[in-house]
Amino acid sequence: MSAESEQIDGGRRHFLLVATTVTGVAGLAATAVPFLASWKPSARAQALGAPVEQDISKLEPGAILKVNWRGQAIYIVRRTPEMLSTLTNPEVVSRLRDPESEESEQPEYTKNDARSLRPEYLVLIGVCTHLGCAPLDRFQPDDPELGADWPGGFYCPCHGSRFDLAGRVFKDVPAPTNLRVPPYRFMTESVIQIGVDAEVA
Amino acid sequence: MSATMPAPARRGRLAAIAEWCDERLGYSRFLKAHMTEYYAPKNFNFWYYFGSLALLVLVIQIVTGIFLTMNYKPSAQDAFASVEYIMRDVEWGWLIRYMHSTGASAFFIVVYLHMFRGIMYGSHKNPRELVWIFGMLIYLCLMAEAFFGYLLPWGNMSYWGAQVIVSLFGAIPGIGESLVEWIRGDYYISDITLNRFFALHVIALPLALVFLVIAHILALHEVGSNNPDGVDIKKVKGPDGHPVDGIPFHPYYTVKDLVGTVVFLALFASVIFFAPEMGGYFLEHANFQPANPLQTPENIAPVWYFTPYYAILRAVPNKLLGVMLMGLAVISFAFLPWLDRSKVKSIRYRGWIFKTFLFAFALSFLALGYLGMQHVTPAYTYAARFFTVVYFAFFILMPWYTKIDPTKPVPERVTYHAH
Repeated sequence: MSAESEQIDGGRRHFLLVATTVTGVAGLAATAVPFLASWKPSARAQALGAPVEQDISKLEPGAILKVNWRGQAIYIVRRTPEMLSTLTNPEVVSRLRDPESEESEQPEYTKNDARSLRPEYLVLIGVCTHLGCAPLDRFQPDDPELGADWPGGFYCPCHGSRFDLAGRVFKDVPAPTNLRVPPYRFMTESVIQIGVDAEVA
Repeated sequence: MSATMPAPARRGRLAAIAEWCDERLGYSRFLKAHMTEYYAPKNFNFWYYFGSLALLVLVIQIVTGIFLTMNYKPSAQDAFASVEYIMRDVEWGWLIRYMHSTGASAFFIVVYLHMFRGIMYGSHKNPRELVWIFGMLIYLCLMAEAFFGYLLPWGNMSYWGAQVIVSLFGAIPGIGESLVEWIRGDYYISDITLNRFFALHVIALPLALVFLVIAHILALHEVGSNNPDGVDIKKVKGPDGHPVDGIPFHPYYTVKDLVGTVVFLALFASVIFFAPEMGGYFLEHANFQPANPLQTPENIAPVWYFTPYYAILRAVPNKLLGVMLMGLAVISFAFLPWLDRSKVKSIRYRGWIFKTFLFAFALSFLALGYLGMQHVTPAYTYAARFFTVVYFAFFILMPWYTKIDPTKPVPERVTYHAH
């Protein structure tokens, strides 16, 4: 036993063991790449995410229109002057978590009080920033369910998040940020294209 | 049937074949180790039915699942209609589908009772930590399996349930949004998502489940079963080398479990035949409408077995913190073997402090389960926060209260009264 073990080159064995293991693990990791990458959106899925157009000439003041873009509901709201006036009401603004949209996602050209290109038209992704439910439109102030101080806005039925009429999130609700604004532009006076950025002049 | 019986001539040939196989496979050694000479404590009670019942439900789910895949089509176009087709046009399709959907709820009922049994009698404690860990992995796998399976009928609750749960990963700072896109394989829950969830539900997770169940049982048989007294039966052995308080699993417990099986199947069949939807608890009403990506159901709630965790998620007014607490609520169980510092295993010899905490925990689990099904109101939110605190207090304070808890002396042998 002792005579044999003297002939065993322990260092060489150890080196071969480590080298084989490292090579094997590297090979496994490389092989895992195509499998993991196959889960990313395919070329077809990416192509189907192309921009969509919507005619808004028939949208009444105070009404909402829902458009499907990338499987998400895009809310287009034509706001009345009364609805717009709540956006700058200091009492409402003081209850918002991110009134200036500093931590929220929106194109640069909609980072304003009305969160829109034209104050009259609000365009939002109708996906709650909490866990992705579709918020309901509750545009009437003093909603019986939402309380006397409700200025009108969006309410998520899943976990009770609340947003104002510019999709800005209220304090003390689960949603962390304002509703997102998709990239969009006005192709003509009455047609909105969603998925393409407006040219910022 | 016993081995000492003289074999009739006709059995001679069969016995020879069996022997030929055994020499090459060694199954008789396996059967001895795990069945006829696996000595289980003789004082098992009612609570010990749920392990074998969980195994039974696993078999039911696998068999009915195989038959469902023969008619189900995993595409956004066809999925909802193919389930309706199974329900209406396939011979006995409704029965197979109801067995599978009821089986999902039954699985969680028996597993929750099985877990409660473990905590009650200290089955998580040394030397059964690995048995417990494998059990927790089975539970995680089961939750994933149930979640992936729930998308497959492509009803509106399927859709929005998947949307909410997948969005949970979006709370992870930095990589969240790309991770969600990677899981979905699209910008929303789509045909692509459905197809991969199907693959995970019918292949990947069942395989993992079966392997974990084998590991769970092997680990259990290595250290031996616990019992309602939490006494180690191997300490007192008879002249034959077997524990005096142990009886062979087969035939004693196979026969006992057979009784449990019959009672379980009677209840199971009653649900399938008379209340397969269980008033919306087993099959939710909103799921009888096809998936609509533009319209969230009025009251979105997971199936009952997830609602305790869902209530915890909703109770926290911060997305990341809510998701973290929910995850922690699930994995807390895995730490029990090391949180529990008590000298005794079984609740029979523990003091009032542990009993109070365990009762409060079970109550808050049920209360959270109820609250998770209800609409969000301020009063319910405060209630959910209260029970969330109780839930976590059970785990966080455990090292302290199990240590100071006044325990009773544990007997040398199990307590057992002949019937």
